[in-house]
Amino acid sequence: MTVKDLIDSGEFKIINDEGDTAAEITDVFCCDLLSVAMAHAPGGSAWVTVMANMNTLAVASLTGVSCVILAEKAEMDEMALSKARQQEIIVLATDKPIFKAALTVYGKLAK
Amino acid sequence: MNDALDSGASPENGSDEPLVLDYTVVKDDFTRAGEASGDVKKKLRMAGINPAAIRKVSICMYEGEINMVIHADGGGIRVEIYGDRVRMILKDKGPGIKDVDKAMQAGWSTASEEARNLGFGAGMGLPNMKKNSDSMDIQTVIGTGTTVTMVVNY
Repeated sequence: MTVKDLIDSGEFKIINDEGDTAAEITDVFCCDLLSVAMAHAPGGSAWVTVMANMNTLAVASLTGVSCVILAEKAEMDEMALSKARQQEIIVLATDKPIFKAALTVYGKLAK
Repeated sequence: MNDALDSGASPENGSDEPLVLDYTVVKDDFTRAGEASGDVKKKLRMAGINPAAIRKVSICMYEGEINMVIHADGGGIRVEIYGDRVRMILKDKGPGIKDVDKAMQAGWSTASEEARNLGFGAGMGLPNMKKNSDSMDIQTVIGTGTTVTMVVNY
């Protein structure tokens, strides 16, 4: 499943879709501690987190995740949003808790 | 410092002249933390270095940058890219590390509330750096600063 497929599913709100939407989603990863995400987020994974700050984007960029999914209504401020656009990091959002958001992605990956 | 690290290199161009990159890190500037790491990642990618090594360098650099932002009064990072390895020298002005052995323990942290709220301060920085580098050296002087030198081979 590509990031575009996930966007087109309509399950998530689009925060930033300027980036590589053709990238394949290879895995789902959940974590809010940035050091853990930095060390373990698989490249190509959809990273589900409630951390919605600039540092989330730095970690997303360095780990090469395919997209960031903000769960639990976490919101990105304008500065972080402009960094997401500038760095072409796809950011989606949902009201769902982390586990359910990840499960939604996982369910689509498993198909 | 650590000249022994330079021995035994066999870069592709036949000389041991590294590509040297210098970055400045500013105290408490969480918004720019990661820029140096991102730039190094980009340059290594362009040089065709294998992704696993790039990931290791990214982790070492980013954790080091964040440590300097959280704990130090600013500093500089010098990155030397050789044909077979990257050497990162992170030098800060700051309080120094009182107990290096404790700082190396996973879970030990003296990070501020702000750092913790941003998703840091879990006491994983130095252990992550150690784990992902092929060699790591910490020189610290209380009240003066800390220099961390790491090498990642590829």
